[in-house]
Amino acid sequence: MVYVTPENTATGQERFIGHASWFKYSSPQMFFPLAGKLVPWFAVAALLFAATGLYIGFFVAPTDSQQGEAYRIIFIHVPAAWMSMFIYVVMAFWAGVGLTFNTRLSGMMASALAPTGALFTFLALWSGSLWGKPTWGTWWVWDARLTSELILLFLYFGFMALQAAIDDPRRADKAGAVLALTGVINIPIIYFSVQWWNTLHQGASVSLKSAPTMAATMLTGMLVMVLALWMYSIAASLMRVRCIILERERDSQWVAEYMSRLK
Amino acid sequence: MGGGIYEQIEMNWASWSDFFAMGGYALYVWGSYGVVFGLLALEIALLIQRKRSILQQLDRMRSAVHRSVR
Repeated sequence: MVYVTPENTATGQERFIGHASWFKYSSPQMFFPLAGKLVPWFAVAALLFAATGLYIGFFVAPTDSQQGEAYRIIFIHVPAAWMSMFIYVVMAFWAGVGLTFNTRLSGMMASALAPTGALFTFLALWSGSLWGKPTWGTWWVWDARLTSELILLFLYFGFMALQAAIDDPRRADKAGAVLALTGVINIPIIYFSVQWWNTLHQGASVSLKSAPTMAATMLTGMLVMVLALWMYSIAASLMRVRCIILERERDSQWVAEYMSRLK
Repeated sequence: MGGGIYEQIEMNWASWSDFFAMGGYALYVWGSYGVVFGLLALEIALLIQRKRSILQQLDRMRSAVHRSVR
């Protein structure tokens, strides 16, 4: 049979760490079923946190004295913006691990995170635009916070386009990793942009000055929504990494065995 | 929170139509939440679709190999 090709044989590192019980999950073959078992748990957690967070955001947190009901966009805007930055850091971390240790799964994790990160970046920009119109009177302004977040979206697009342009997956991982790691510099720029430059965007939301009870319910709603998006992101990227594993390992013996077990 | 929740519901919204009106910001608030949850649902749907099409493709490959062996 023609199942085993050089592309699909384990690297030296994988064979070495294959002996340690935890590190065996760094091989795509071992991680595939584990990821499949984890997805439903993270999906259910995401739904529960989202339901709780939305309830707090719309029914417990009171109306804002200055912005009225428009402020309720905060419960989705801030969590989406945080995720857009956090996913980028995690993506760059896995890309860096893949570059350093030459483990295949790390590169696959990085590729799996990129579309979800790009989606949250778009959603942060979208919800921010819809929040900006009633509060600032404009959909968009070229200030430091908005511009650096838009650059983040282009970094995600660049990472995905670069990987898609290179046929050899291992080389695509390496090229993508260099781009991802270089782009990490943009994350502190986004985060501190409201302090470093005079921006129209308000400062950190967590320190919003209001009546103490209001700050507490607002903060709770926001943090629960952050948890919901965390759980969602983990579920979505595990689903995607399973697709990537199947696509890249399609010629291997274990995928053939997995397929025959499905029958 | 605790016992104060129900008072606050009454404080926030007089009725469901009041809730949907969002104090005049319905377009902005529902425009945000609608697109966020719509696109998240779409991402999951596309991922399910992608897995299904990979499995179908692998299945075709497998049966082609079986035919050529026979």
